[in-house]
Amino acid sequence: MALSMFLARGRLCTLSSRPKFLKTICASKILGLSTSAKMSLKFKNAKRIEGLDSNVWIEFTKLAADPSVVNLGQGLPDISPPVYVKEELSKIAAIDSLNQYTRGFGHPSLVKALSCLYEKFYQNQINPNKEILVTVGAYGSLFNAIQGLIDEGDEVIVIVPFYDCYEPMVRMAGAIPIFIPLRSKPLDGKKWSSSDWTLDPQELASKFNSKTKAIILNTPHNPLGKVYTKEELQVIADLCIKYDTLCISDEVYEWLVYTGNKHFKIATFPGMWERTITIGSAGKTFSVTGWKLGWSIGPKHLIKHLQTVQQNTVYTCATPLQEALAQALWIDIKRMDDPECYFNSLPKELEVKRNRMVHLLESVGLKPIVPDGGYFIIADVSLLDTDLSDMKNSNEPYDYKFVKWMTKNKKLSAIPVSAFCNAETKLQFEKFVRFCFIKKDSTLDAAEEIIKAWSRQKF
Amino acid sequence: MTKQLQARRLDGIDHNPWVEFVKLASEADVVNLGQGFPDFPPPDFAVEAFQHAVSGDFMLNQYTKAFGYPPLTKILASFFGKLLGQDIDPLKNVLVTVGAYGALFTAFQALVDEGDEVIIIEPFFDCYEPMTLMAGGRPVFVSLKPRRNQDGELDSSSNWQLDPTELASKFTSRTKALILNTPNNPLGKVFSRAELELVASLCQQHDVVCITDEVYQWLVYDGWQHVSIANLPGMWERTLTIGSAGKTFSATGWKVGWVLGPDSLLKHLRTVHQNSVFHCPTQGQAAVAQSFEREQLHFGQPSSYFVQLPRAMQRCRDHMIQSLQSVGLRPVIPQGSYFLITDISEFKSKMPNLPGAADEPYDRRFVKWMIKNKGLMAIPVSIFYSVPHQKLFDHYIRFCFTKDESTLQAMDKRLQKWKDELRP
Repeated sequence: MALSMFLARGRLCTLSSRPKFLKTICASKILGLSTSAKMSLKFKNAKRIEGLDSNVWIEFTKLAADPSVVNLGQGLPDISPPVYVKEELSKIAAIDSLNQYTRGFGHPSLVKALSCLYEKFYQNQINPNKEILVTVGAYGSLFNAIQGLIDEGDEVIVIVPFYDCYEPMVRMAGAIPIFIPLRSKPLDGKKWSSSDWTLDPQELASKFNSKTKAIILNTPHNPLGKVYTKEELQVIADLCIKYDTLCISDEVYEWLVYTGNKHFKIATFPGMWERTITIGSAGKTFSVTGWKLGWSIGPKHLIKHLQTVQQNTVYTCATPLQEALAQALWIDIKRMDDPECYFNSLPKELEVKRNRMVHLLESVGLKPIVPDGGYFIIADVSLLDTDLSDMKNSNEPYDYKFVKWMTKNKKLSAIPVSAFCNAETKLQFEKFVRFCFIKKDSTLDAAEEIIKAWSRQKF
Repeated sequence: MTKQLQARRLDGIDHNPWVEFVKLASEADVVNLGQGFPDFPPPDFAVEAFQHAVSGDFMLNQYTKAFGYPPLTKILASFFGKLLGQDIDPLKNVLVTVGAYGALFTAFQALVDEGDEVIIIEPFFDCYEPMTLMAGGRPVFVSLKPRRNQDGELDSSSNWQLDPTELASKFTSRTKALILNTPNNPLGKVFSRAELELVASLCQQHDVVCITDEVYQWLVYDGWQHVSIANLPGMWERTLTIGSAGKTFSATGWKVGWVLGPDSLLKHLRTVHQNSVFHCPTQGQAAVAQSFEREQLHFGQPSSYFVQLPRAMQRCRDHMIQSLQSVGLRPVIPQGSYFLITDISEFKSKMPNLPGAADEPYDRRFVKWMIKNKGLMAIPVSIFYSVPHQKLFDHYIRFCFTKDESTLQAMDKRLQKWKDELRP
């Protein structure tokens, strides 16, 4: 039996110019047939991604994909980007030279525009080649920063709730996330605001130690909409300096700040430039999330490590999109004080939508937390006391079940806030649900219809 | 800062030779035959597809599905399903990435663990080694070697082969993956079915994953055939096949790539993907989808870009081969890819002491000299070799010939001047 198999193999092997060698190899293959049983072991994932396979977005965007559902879940504008942004990209699509590779760390005209824009805030020159890196969305900047600067065994402070990728990215780098929740102050009859949620300075200080490599800051904050005040940032800065810690500051919603609030860049605080990576996003700046362009700004001794990650991961980002982004930035850089500048007009537009959402949510008995920034609003759903007993999977947090129930029964989708929490803090936030309001009026009208009908049903 | 700033995974991978050479090219007045990108436009239908993607439905400016824009994964599944003889599910067997470069990174991170061995065939596209290292893996090199050639005849990439016994000896119980690149960069070798059967047989015997970089799959000349190892019996279930829209449609700046493979492997790549970039830009994907739809209609016909492009590039290749010989460079005729390498041994013996660092391989010094003195840019082939082997292969430089006629004519001018300077 073995001999005939060998001869059969031999016929196939003579196709090559080295029949003698191949016959030898093929014979040993017959002997090695039993190793196929071990196949499943070898195909196991690398340890770095162990336990990181689930993802809230994959689950919930699937749920909200039903076209009859009014989707206030994922942070995706259904409004059009500004006309001039679309026009720039259209013009660029016709320019041949932009169809080929550009500079890996960022297309020259884009890093120049970013440098020019942000110099106004940093009040210092920013070297476009050494102090800026263009990445695949702000998501890519987070990845590059964490992979470049965070080592196995390092501790990284993560403030809860957190944009959900912070935890898996920290774990993928072999580091330990150290969580600290934002806590709400008592209300005294005022309207609940994102500014009521703060970090306890002593509690925060207790999280820092010699193993702390970095703290991840997100301001304006997703999902709460909190805009950290100067004083709050100073507390964080003081600790970073004291413990010689890095700060990864996710500022994708930096332009979306509402009346009475101001966005502060922690990197501009004394002693902070040299230890901070500040992340921005074209997607959130110009309502073009599908362009997936982001950037990291920081001192060259930090940015160079993000650049090393870049040259070993994606190498370069898409050229035409970078050029279009550069052109769009120049248009708005030239009119920063103009109400027409998108950096000014978008937050104005969104503030109206925010106020409308607050009112709507209150009208049906949900308790919203008025966000000072960003384009999300979270609401406490516990007062509704909805009967979710027929929802399967009773191990899930309340808000997961609530969102699934609401999507199915009310045709309105949102995101459970416990998705932005680590296992231990999920219970603290399981009565909160996040709504996205960067939606066109007709979407908000549809949401209003649903909410009005819902509130009528209750009474 | 008192702690080491950067993560240890960056140790030894911070230096990138391209950064230096790209900088040199931008500073001097050179005919750039170095980096691999076309300097002619993508085909009209691809340009139109991109224009359509950016001026049509404004929702294409927003996020699409994380693992790939649905029309793209659908067409990739159908197009490659036919080629690979597999029933490819667009959701389970296809992942869209940021270029083939991003696909490679995702594959290494998903599967290579600390201490795992990865077999890399030399010469190799230079990122394979640092990507292996960044994943904590141990690269194990095996070289393609030229067999002895007939004097006076030009060498061919088909002449460069693996020694089967040597290859077999590289597999150990720690071998997790083998990375294959066909057509090969920089050599232009197109692995034959028999050569792939050898690799396949060893991968199966040792239960190794095959990561196959096939970005140049359409750039095949002289009647050679590209064979996908995933097509061979027993290989689909252990192979990740990587492709590139940039190389397929001459649009390297779009940075759209993909991986095709079994769900049992792709699910791990999806985990890496959702924790690294999450989404790829939408409009580029839409343009690639539309371009593939067009190609599917024209497949196998003379009007197919996949027929026209290699024909045109073969002419460029032949032009370059002819021209380079006039100054004593000896090109190795590539069976495929964007590139050819040329033997510079004659120069090494005639001018061995070119300026450069003490232990800098000759080919790098030669390229810098050529940039400065002859206005031509190429890439030293030693950067495609592991450090211990660089000195053995420091007498080759790589040229990219996928260039517009005007570029090749500019090259001819410089070569003519060079030739004139050689006369006593």
